[in-house]
Amino acid sequence: MSLISQIRLLLRITHSNDIVRRYFVVNGFDGALTMLGLVIGFLVSAPVETGLIINACLGAAIALGMSGVSSAYISESAERKLALLKLEEAMSSDLRESVHGEAARWMPLVIALVNGLAPLVISLIIMIPLWLANMGIALPVPPLYASILVALLLTFLLGVFLGRIAGTSWLRSGVQTLLVAMLTATLIYLFAGH
Amino acid sequence: MGSVKRVVLDVLKPHQPSAIEFSQAIAKVGVDYQVRLSVIEMDENTETLLIDIRGNAIDFDAIQSVISSMGGSLHSIDEVEVHSDEHAG
Repeated sequence: MSLISQIRLLLRITHSNDIVRRYFVVNGFDGALTMLGLVIGFLVSAPVETGLIINACLGAAIALGMSGVSSAYISESAERKLALLKLEEAMSSDLRESVHGEAARWMPLVIALVNGLAPLVISLIIMIPLWLANMGIALPVPPLYASILVALLLTFLLGVFLGRIAGTSWLRSGVQTLLVAMLTATLIYLFAGH
Repeated sequence: MGSVKRVVLDVLKPHQPSAIEFSQAIAKVGVDYQVRLSVIEMDENTETLLIDIRGNAIDFDAIQSVISSMGGSLHSIDEVEVHSDEHAG
């Protein structure tokens, strides 16, 4: 059985598909709003060189990733061990060598990776305009504004993703998450800008 | 020794993997296996199955190993059909 099929089987038997999806959206949203906050913070502050902004954003992105991986791994490991124990009691047998034992060992890792990679990858995408500007590549809009636009686009896409899962209007769902991001941006501008 | 042509097994398994995945995993053990699975009883966490396996030369150890790897537990062998090598040949 290929690795992908094996992961699919483990996701299915542990009903983890929805957990993975939820973690991806929740933590991806965390990553997008954190970067949005940082970028707007720099925008309303005294100008600093792009390298400094990149370092600050990269630091936050790595911290979000590590926080996502470690917190999910610890909580999911405990949950999976408990679930395995309950199943072993019901079956009156040792299931450590079965697919259920494998799931208890591997699912926390898979879920932790999704939980950590979602905010990290989304943050890195938002930082792309900053990197391009730092490399001397000319952008049609200033890099901080470009990063804000990317962050708003990604929050909209996360909303679209949620809408498609729920089977509701993707446009409405996308606009809802976009409004949350714009409200966040307004609050940051109001509080940090004065 | 003779070849095992049919076994009927009483197996307890968790709800997951599903009965279809369970049957498919057993059928994959041999090239010509036919698997018929019936759910006899079901409770909150487990289900009791009657699995009827037919094949030209059933590898019982391999089947037992697959059942264990899928989280199942073999309770009893309810029926066996063995043909002598002369009969099989």
